[in-house]
Amino acid sequence: MSKVVNAAQPYVDQFDAVKDRLPGAQLPWLDAKRLAGIERFAEIGLPTVKTETWKYTRLPNLEEQGFRAATWEDGQVEVSGVPAFFNDADSLTRLVYVNGIIHPGLSRLENLPNGVSLEPLAQVLVNEPAFIEKHMSSEQAGYDQGFSALNMAMMESGTVLRVASGVIVTDPIEIVYLCGSTDQPIYRHPRNLFILGNGSQATLIKHHAGIATGAYFNNTVTEVSVGDGAFLRHYTIQADCLEALHLSAVNVRVGRDATYENFNLAIGGRLSRTETRVRMEGRGGHCNLSGAYLMKAREHCDNTTIIDHLVPDTTAREVFKGVLNDEARGVFQGKLIVHKDAQRTDGYQMSRALLLSDRAEMDAKPELEIYADDVKCSHGSTTGQLDETALFYLRSRGIPEAKARNLLIQSFVAEALEEISDIKVREAMANLVIHWLPAQCYLAEEWKQA
Amino acid sequence: MLEIKNLHATADGKEILKGINLTINAGEVHAIMGPNGSGKSTLSYLIAGKDGYNVTEGEILYNGVDLTEMDPEIRAAEGVFLAFQYPVEIPGVPNTIFLKEALNSVRRHRGEEELDAMQFVKMVKTKAEELGIAKDMLKRAVNVGFSGGEKKRNEILQMAVLDPKLAVLDETDSGLDIDALKVVSDGVNQLRSDDRAILMITHYQRLLDYIVPDFVHVLAHGKIQRSGGKELALELEEKGYAEYGVAAE
Repeated sequence: MSKVVNAAQPYVDQFDAVKDRLPGAQLPWLDAKRLAGIERFAEIGLPTVKTETWKYTRLPNLEEQGFRAATWEDGQVEVSGVPAFFNDADSLTRLVYVNGIIHPGLSRLENLPNGVSLEPLAQVLVNEPAFIEKHMSSEQAGYDQGFSALNMAMMESGTVLRVASGVIVTDPIEIVYLCGSTDQPIYRHPRNLFILGNGSQATLIKHHAGIATGAYFNNTVTEVSVGDGAFLRHYTIQADCLEALHLSAVNVRVGRDATYENFNLAIGGRLSRTETRVRMEGRGGHCNLSGAYLMKAREHCDNTTIIDHLVPDTTAREVFKGVLNDEARGVFQGKLIVHKDAQRTDGYQMSRALLLSDRAEMDAKPELEIYADDVKCSHGSTTGQLDETALFYLRSRGIPEAKARNLLIQSFVAEALEEISDIKVREAMANLVIHWLPAQCYLAEEWKQA
Repeated sequence: MLEIKNLHATADGKEILKGINLTINAGEVHAIMGPNGSGKSTLSYLIAGKDGYNVTEGEILYNGVDLTEMDPEIRAAEGVFLAFQYPVEIPGVPNTIFLKEALNSVRRHRGEEELDAMQFVKMVKTKAEELGIAKDMLKRAVNVGFSGGEKKRNEILQMAVLDPKLAVLDETDSGLDIDALKVVSDGVNQLRSDDRAILMITHYQRLLDYIVPDFVHVLAHGKIQRSGGKELALELEEKGYAEYGVAAE
């Protein structure tokens, strides 16, 4: 016990040092939440390999990295531009953070449609604290994850997206997080709130990218509420640099006849873990949690999902595909809980990994907990190597080996990308996949003409 | 064009070919017939360059150059084509992308200009129509969900697109009904020409009714036991492989 307290102590000290300067300080309900968060964190501590849900993901020694809190100056580092995700990105709404600080020059918020707001958490805490209080669920202080509790205590930035009931937003909204290029590695604890009113629709892209090499540590918590009949497409691109640590917890509630579509493309990061928890709270709700991860060197990518089916007639679908090169490691943990009343739940889960090297490793752990009797749930998990027969077939038709390999990897990942219902986003993601591949890449144009 | 001299070879470490001699000139169509396990497919894989098949003695010369030193893609670019007995399914790769990539890789190697999308589509459409290949077969992933006949037709389409000098057809008739066999054979016959050589590998004589060979060879126990004209195929059909020490199946 004392050991755990010791490991947590530096964080508790940090909290004591900064707590009066954090956004929303002096709001009694928030102070209480922060205090509960740090107490909870001190109690649980950092996850270790003995922590059941962290069995396959070992954190590096955070003390050794010498992380410090991000400052306003960190947001002023020179940034040459924003990595373009779309070809026509210049007309789309985007909010750009540099090391956790909004960069007004690179952001473009003037075309935000009526009924949509995209604001920094700190600002909303000043103007509408009651709104934040209402949407930060009271049970969060009881987090079973140390990092989420720490985020509760330390949250200092983040974005609040609100789409009013009935508002349909067709163009994607992009939030770009650029990190790095600081004198010392920094840590950040952003807290996002994405609230979709009943019957609304929106597409949100969270785009994480490293500015330069160098370590940084993101510990993000995102709360999502998809109102009755609403449809949220929630896409994440994680293109962090090789030394980045990226922990992300996403807590979602899905209302009646609502759809939550989440796709996570990870193409960079020393260690990343995305833990997505979805509560299917309304009949007729559907969620799709899918993703693709392409890892090289000693990168590590962990996708952990927990879906609670709480009411009858909800559906869930998960398709994850991973490509692991060098000594990279992939982890997939997918838990499906069908509660007693959740009759006619339909759940599908698939995890496939392709190992390009003998030293790459994949751990997959599907879990089904079913307490209802009329359900349809299936899951599958495979890990394998590139199909040598297919490789020979392509080569025997004149396609050089490197290109043939790329073609096979690309087609392997394409199956996951098909889960993305926004065609434009799917194509942009396919482009990122192509650029990840080794030399002799395909042009996306060629691929599209098929 | 192809000279196989005293070829000994192993597959997965086991000796399969025990001294094959065979010469094929441009313009000729040869058929190698033999029972199961005689080494027919081993020979075709050795020509195409599949891993796991090794020459232990002798050589395979293609236009005077040792073929076994070349990567499979170089062999293809130099004009060697193998129509697979079991064409491979490649999920996620559309047939047209595959064909275009293959053709342009080969053209690059030959110092020819690559075809752009328009030129390619026009070219492949004509050839596909001749082989009775429906449009949607071009759009679908390579061989995925294709019937046996569609897969074999797709092989011949690839051959027509790549325009090889030496085509090896491995059991191209297997799994085909009589109508499909006719379409495939017509496709192959159209590709017969004075500067192209074709080597058919088959268990049964049936295919040879449609694609009539100039020479027939009997392969058994890893060696060519006998060579002759097309009448040899008929004789085999009648008598089986018993006289070559192979029990009737």
